[in-house]
Order: sequence, then C-alpha cells, then structure tokens
Amino acid sequence: MTLEALQVLLSDTPSGLLPARNQMALSLGWHIILACFGVAFPSMIFIVHWRGVFRGDAVALELAKRWSKVSAVLFAIGAVSGTVLSFEMGLLWPGLMGRYGDVLGLPFAFEGLAFFVEAIFLGIYLYGWGRMPPRIHLLMLVPMACAGVIGTFCVIAVNAWMNNPTGFRLNAAGEVVDVDPWAAMFNDGVWLMFAHMWVGAFVVVGFTVAGVYAAGMLRGRRDRHHRLGFVVPFVFATVAALAQPLVGHVLGLRVAESQPAKLAAFELAETTEQPAPLRLGGIMIDGEVRYSIDIPKIGSLIARNSFNKPVPGLDEVPEDERPPLNITHWAFQSMVGIGSLLALSVLLFWFVRWRGRDLLESRWFLRYAVAAGPLAMIALEAGWIATEVGRQPWVVWQVLRTEDAVTDNPWIWWSLAGTAVVYLGMTVGAYVVLRSMARRWRAGELDLPSPYGPESAEGVQEPSR
Amino acid sequence: MTLEIAVAAALFAGVVVYSIFGGADFGSGFFDATAGGARRGAEVRTLIDHSIGPVWEANHVWLIYVLVTWWTAFPGTFAAAMSTLWLPLMLALMGIVLRGASFAFRKYSATLGQAQLFGIVFAGSSLITPFFLGCVAGAIASGRVPADGGGDLLSSWVNPTSLFGGLIAGGSCAYLAGSFLVADAARSGHRGLAEMLRVRTLGVGALTGALVFAALVPIKQDAPTLFDGLTGRALPLMVLSALAGASALVLIWTRRYSVARFAVAAAVATVTLGWGAGQYPWLLVDEVTIVDAAGADATLQALLVAVGLAVVIVLPALSYLLYLTQSERWLRH
Repeated sequence: MTLEALQVLLSDTPSGLLPARNQMALSLGWHIILACFGVAFPSMIFIVHWRGVFRGDAVALELAKRWSKVSAVLFAIGAVSGTVLSFEMGLLWPGLMGRYGDVLGLPFAFEGLAFFVEAIFLGIYLYGWGRMPPRIHLLMLVPMACAGVIGTFCVIAVNAWMNNPTGFRLNAAGEVVDVDPWAAMFNDGVWLMFAHMWVGAFVVVGFTVAGVYAAGMLRGRRDRHHRLGFVVPFVFATVAALAQPLVGHVLGLRVAESQPAKLAAFELAETTEQPAPLRLGGIMIDGEVRYSIDIPKIGSLIARNSFNKPVPGLDEVPEDERPPLNITHWAFQSMVGIGSLLALSVLLFWFVRWRGRDLLESRWFLRYAVAAGPLAMIALEAGWIATEVGRQPWVVWQVLRTEDAVTDNPWIWWSLAGTAVVYLGMTVGAYVVLRSMARRWRAGELDLPSPYGPESAEGVQEPSR
Repeated sequence: MTLEIAVAAALFAGVVVYSIFGGADFGSGFFDATAGGARRGAEVRTLIDHSIGPVWEANHVWLIYVLVTWWTAFPGTFAAAMSTLWLPLMLALMGIVLRGASFAFRKYSATLGQAQLFGIVFAGSSLITPFFLGCVAGAIASGRVPADGGGDLLSSWVNPTSLFGGLIAGGSCAYLAGSFLVADAARSGHRGLAEMLRVRTLGVGALTGALVFAALVPIKQDAPTLFDGLTGRALPLMVLSALAGASALVLIWTRRYSVARFAVAAAVATVTLGWGAGQYPWLLVDEVTIVDAAGADATLQALLVAVGLAVVIVLPALSYLLYLTQSERWLRH
C-alpha cells in the first residue's frame, strides 16, 4: 500500500482516482480489441462462407468453419469483458452514473438490444453447422454484422456525449434538468466518432487475421488456404486503412472548435501559434518543448485545414483544466503515424500488384504483414488513450470532473490488481487455446471435439486424439 | 400504471427472465462440480457443454439489459447500490468473467489437463456468481443500501437476509439446471445419466424449497418490510411458488421431465416475482420508492421505446434460438 500513500501525499485528489482510471483503461483497452472482432469478423466470415456455399469453394468453406470456431472463443471473452465495463460504470464511477445516468443511458439500452441480437445469432451460427440448411445458416451472419454496426454507434454515442455533452441543462441549483436523451444520443460528435471506430475495427481485424496467414506463408505454407485466408481480410483492411486517415482528419478538425485543450495536447502546443508548426515527437519539460522536429505551417494544415489558422495553445486553458500533455501527444502521434504507415503499405501492395509483382513472394513484406496486426492494435489503443487522456481532467467535458465521478471505495488498488491478474489469465488462456486449435487443424483434425474424459462413456464421442 | 412503474416492471421482467435462463446456465456449474473425476464426469460435462453452449451468451445479455435499464431509469439508486454493494458485485463480476471465458476455453482445450483446469474454474465461478448476486438482492430487500450510497461495505451484504438470498439463488439455479439437464439427457437417450441427474435434482430441489421457507424466520427479524410484503401482498405468489416447486419434485420423481422443467421455471419465476411484489413500492427498501428514484420522464419514455423494440426484435429471435436448440435435429451431438 505504499503506492497509495504516495498518491495521497502527491495530491489532494481522491485516493481511488489513479487506480480507478487505470482499471478502466485496462478493461476498456482489453475489451476494445475483442469488440473489434465482434464488429468486423462476421463480415469477413460471411465472404468466405458465401464463397463456400454459392461457389462450391471447399477451401473457403473450411476457412469459414475455422473462423467461426475462433470467433466462438473471441466472442465469449469479448462478451464477458464487455460486461465488466457495464459493472465498472457504476463500481468505479458512481458520481457519473448517479448524476447523469438518465442523460447518457439511452444509447446503452439500444446497445443492449444489439448485443442481444449478436449473441442470439452467434449461438445459432456456431451450433448451426451441419444442423441447418446451408443458405439459411449463412444468413445468420447478417444480423450479427448489423448488430455490430448499431452496437458500435450506441457505445460511441456515449463516449461522444462525454466529449460533447448536450441534451440537458444545469439549473441555478446545479441540478440536471430538461433532459432530452435523444439529443444526448445524437450529439454533434457522434457520427464522425462512430465512423472512426467502425472503420478502425476493420483495420485491426483485417490486418490481424491477414497476419496470421502471412505468418503461415513465411513458414512455407503457400497453399490456396493461406492465400485466401490472407487476401479476404487484407481487402477489408485495405479499404479501411485508406478510409481511416480521411475520417480521422475530418474528425480532428472538430477538436479545434469543440475541445481546444485536447488539440493543444495533441499538438504539444504551450502557446497559441499562427500558423502553427507540426511538432513531430518531442517532450514537454517544465513548460518547454524539447527534442521535437518542427515542420512550419503543417500543424495548422492538419488541425485546421488551412496554412495560417491558429492552433490553440494551453496558455488559453486554465491551469487546473489542462490534460496531461506528453502522453496525449505521443499517443496521438503514434496513432497517426501507424495509421499513415498502414495506409501507405496497402497502397504499395496493390500498386506493385497492378504492375505485375506479388509482394506475397517477398519475405520482407510478409514479415511486415505479420507485424501490421499488432501495429493496428497499438494505433487503436493509442487513439483511445489520446482522446480519453486528452479529455482530462473532465469525465464529461467541462461539466463533470473525473475526480468528482470516482468512487470513494478504499479497495480500488486491490481491485486493479485483481483485474490485472484475471485479464492476464484470460489473455494467456485465449492464446494457449487458439494456438492449440491452429496446431490441431494443421495436423489434420477438423472437428476439435471437446476433450472430456480419457475414454468414451455411454454414447459420448471419443475425442480423436 | 404510471410511467415509473411501467419502466420498473420492464426492468423487473428482465430480472425474472435472467433468474430463469441465466440461472439455469449458472446452475449447471453445480452438476459439473459434482460430476466426479475426468472419466466418470465426462458424460455430464459433455451434456452441459451441449446444453448451455448455444444459449449462454444470449441468456447473459438479460443481465446487461437489467443493468442498463436500471442506471438509465433510476440512476441515483444504481450508483447507491453499486457503491454500497461494491464487494459482492465485484465478486459476482469476477465469477461472470471467469465462467464465460473458461467455458469457451474448455470446449476447445487440446488436452485433458487443460480441460480439467478450465473446468474447475468454470464450475467454481458458476457456483459463486448466483450466490453473490443473491446477496445483492438480499441487501436491497432488507433495506441496507442508503439512498445516497456509501452504506457499510461489509455488513450491507453479510447479514441473514443477504446470505439466505445468496443460498436461495444458488439453489434455485442448480434446481433449474438439473431440471433442464435431466430432460436433455432423457431426450437424447442417456438413461443412466438421466437417473443420476434425477436423484441430484430432487435433492437440490427439496433443499432449495426448504431454504426459501426457512428464510422467512430470520427475514421476519432482519427485514421486516420485506417480510410484511412476502406474507401480505406477495403471499399468493409464494403459495404458487411452493405449489410449482413441489409439483416439479413430483414430476421429476415420476420422470415426466419435459413438463417438470416448466414447473421448476414457474417456481423460480414466482419466488423472484414474490421478492419484487414483497418490496413494492420500494426500489431500495425503506430508503427510496420507485417513483422517487426515477430519472427524467423523457428518458423513461425513450426507454419504453427500447423495451418495445426488444419485444419486437429480440423475443422472436430468442424464441427461434430456443426452438432450434430444443428441436430433434440439434439434439444429436
């Protein structure tokens, strides 16, 4: 508990604030990867399953079967880690939920419906193999994909509201009145933020799944199974990686108007500059930017879409309303940097292919393709860190401070430690199980029966090991 | 019926459905835990896997529905309960996470050792989750959650009503699971398995029924408001629950399993409804009524739109899933 004592000494903020924020970051950052699979994977499975059913493509059908088994594992841990967030809204942030629950809650209710639809059709799809007419079975993926879109919109609507609070008024006594949950849900920020996250899900899943098959090709497994397993997700990743910089740029333009303090942190801007340079890297020490590479005027271009509009600096923000600078800046630039790299790399791949050369023959490209999945995940996490840390010290922008929302429970360090242990265990468990599934598939097993009992009992199938 | 009561009814309907369907999934942990070693227990565990595999995630969403409706419609009481009942909720949450993850991992385990490890986690977490959720219900029903939160972090749920609530929840889940599993085993022709499950289900059912009525003794002292409700307004429901639970025992005894499932479900539904009717009109007993706890009218109306959409979209889909899993084609392994 020395850490706790240290925290109390360091500041007069509630002692639970630091561990609560870390627990939220850990559980949200972990879940968001799985959520991406829930959103984007059904569409990819649909393509290969469709080829299998309508084109009689046996390789594609086998891919669909395997991906559906993988999604059984990923969606299960995605569902439970999403539940953690529902509980944590109240367990960690009672000051937010108690006060604003009826303002922000409605999108969660619709997200619940989407989750219902996804879980129901997932159950039907997973257990429908060989038990349903193939075309009807294939159709079960459609509601799952639709639910992914609606679910993303709804969850992002809440986050967008936290950044663009609307749909209520505070009266003279400080009470929340005139609540309009529809206005809160369809706030100004929601559409672009939704687009950014939805496309981001396809970037992450596309590169990650393609990377798995790139790794197989690196080990000499160059059959059609691997080529198809690479190309389908890579096409999704291509479209998403090219769209994402545009969506991100338009979304970024809003920040100058709606959250200047966040933009100042993104750009590491101590003072307002006109025109502002693009500050690559760098670190703020004692109010001074060091070790950065400055490119004149480009900061204004990126943030304001103009060569000479000003980029606001932190000098315009009251001292107790400034977000942590360096982490926000670095997270933002990591996201932009990796996103740009991913976009350029898919351009290169398809350009070279158009010129008649296949980069899948190049070991260097395959190595890059393996790394692209984790890189996309880092970009996604960095983006969330940038927007969430950049919103501090507010949980609801300029309405509710995070320290006023946090629980006063004295055990949050313990719960952070417990959460870390459970999530580490889940990560290891998922890794071990998914690896073993891949190994057994390579060894020629198809069905992967569950391994209960060393020998078969009455009427129970013998595990084929 | 006022707007507040309509939303509270929709919320509580979620609690009732979750206690039946979610409960049956968690209750299978009891039969998994008591199935014996790897060889002897293989059959039960395969049955459990087959039985809850397609439905547990959908059944789990009822909990999300309850949480979301609660914090949106009655935000202050949600925050109060979450801050006071922090520990049992955290432990229930841990159980939920470990149950779902280990169930999925076990199904695709490569070795028996891995399957056993995940199986122990699955069974253990399935046992603790209903217990702690039952403790939470007992704490609310016995008036231990102050309106503004910040109630005692331990005594709020370590007390007779909460502990009985936890045990009743655990027992009800196991009784439900037993009635579903024994029916599945009988229908798929596993006679020996069905006989074994039948005996255990009868034991669990009798014990749980006894617990429900034994609990009334400490509740009279510990939670007088709830006791008055249970023996007053909710009395018909309690009587119905006793009848349903007892007739389920008779049905299982006489091996009429497919009807027995409905009787057990009715017993659990009525006992849960009895709790709701017993503490009406309080949301947090002795502290806040449903009407006083409600958030903005506009939000309650919007929530009813969401509930309407759930009736139109979710219920048919859910019925389709349950229809498929109960059809002959799906029974084959």
